Amino acid sequence: MNILNLFNEIEKADPEIYERVNDRRDAFKHFGSFSSKVILASLPFAFGSVFKKAYGQTTPSSVLDVLNYALTLEYLEAEFYTTAVASQGLIPGSDNAGIVTIRDHENAHVVFLKTAIESAGGTPVSKPEFDFTAGGMYGNVFSNYDSFLAVAQAFEDTGVRAYKGQAANLMSNKDVLTAALNIHSVEARHAAHIRRIRGAGGAAVKPWITGKETGGIPSVQTVYNGEEITTQATIEITGINGFSISGNAASESFDEPLEKEDVLAIIKPFIK
Amino acid sequence: MEMITSQAAGPLTDRNHRGQFSRRKFLSYAGILGATVTVGGLATGCDKDDTDNNGVDLGTGDVGILNYAYALEQLEAAFYKQVTDMPYSGMTSAEASFFADIRDHEIAHREFFKSALGNNAIQALEMNFSSVNFSSRDSVLATAKAFEDLGVSAYNGAGRFLVNPTYLLLAGKIVSVEARHAAAIRDIISYNSFADETVVDNNGLDRSLMPAEVLSIAGTYYKTKINASNLPK
Repeated sequence: MNILNLFNEIEKADPEIYERVNDRRDAFKHFGSFSSKVILASLPFAFGSVFKKAYGQTTPSSVLDVLNYALTLEYLEAEFYTTAVASQGLIPGSDNAGIVTIRDHENAHVVFLKTAIESAGGTPVSKPEFDFTAGGMYGNVFSNYDSFLAVAQAFEDTGVRAYKGQAANLMSNKDVLTAALNIHSVEARHAAHIRRIRGAGGAAVKPWITGKETGGIPSVQTVYNGEEITTQATIEITGINGFSISGNAASESFDEPLEKEDVLAIIKPFIK
Repeated sequence: MEMITSQAAGPLTDRNHRGQFSRRKFLSYAGILGATVTVGGLATGCDKDDTDNNGVDLGTGDVGILNYAYALEQLEAAFYKQVTDMPYSGMTSAEASFFADIRDHEIAHREFFKSALGNNAIQALEMNFSSVNFSSRDSVLATAKAFEDLGVSAYNGAGRFLVNPTYLLLAGKIVSVEARHAAAIRDIISYNSFADETVVDNNGLDRSLMPAEVLSIAGTYYKTKINASNLPK
């Protein structure tokens, strides 16, 4: 990654960042002391340090709570994909690159969130112990590709709904909000890819969520409940303004949020 | 109907006039005017007719951001309408079905914003797709990819400017669908490129772009000039 690009991104995201960290030269000095090799390895930490200087201890506990909640979900996904990629014979060669991409993103999210929490003066929650068979319900999750994909789809679609459900709770810190939005859309890209693999394999599922359909995985119905709505801000989307928008298209065109307790209930069987 | 007009066009979202007078002062002015003046009546104005040499004014505050989204959805919907009206030769049934779905989603988004904004909605914009070769699969897919990735980064970048949490949630409901589109289109062009390093950085973060950056990229596709200078910055 180009360090100057990172600065540009931060500046774009928060034009006053340099006022918060005294001045631009100071911020650069902060990074300038690293050698280029170290920069790559410690980038999230460095980013976090600027964060801390900028926001100090003022990050409200509600924001930290959201970040720790997100971290729990990312721990789950990161270990899930890390285990899958390490499982001999699970992932077909043609799909491996894509699953590796997802694994790398989830691991990066873990590092990023831990750093953000620490730099904001909080304490990251520790990683739970996971049972990806959910007590035996998905006993072959790391030996049968279809089972793996089914659980992956449920995790990704849950992740998208979980981040969406927290956006409003992050409005007090615009930079954290923007970072969360930038993770949220990556989870949606992952979800679309996993759904596409399943669709190509014969499952009745598209990259987008139709109604509250699970795509043939009845055990994850709670991941999709509520996705079927076709009314947004009291406006009916089906046939809106005389256009032939079907009920399916109306539900697909808006993804729905999930409350924290619903998300935690979904992932509970996967936590030892 | 929960009118975006009533809340968003009022003084509470009119944050661009910092430096002219403070919000508190503004509210006290408003108070002097008395109860007969409605919040809607204080709208700072982005009527359909609010066009001058600078182009169609998106407006200020939340209304401005929602009009910005409306402008982007108009672009996407018009593009996919043309793709499905004049399919390139050799379009597979799977591709045709994807494009039809995406077209309907974008029309749904466009019409949603139009209805939600009501009298504050900007006019229907004219597009310029002269740089797109609709008979070429490569050209259509490349344009689709560019639009979807741009849409994702636009919503990601604009979220911070929304004051009303209801609108932030609505934008969130839409941006993940745009990200699904982007991933699907990318996988059609090159399998496994749904979230490659050209859009997702080493921290696993998607891009976010400011409205001025987005419109400078999208500008070539609008025949109608757009004035984004009053948007929150």
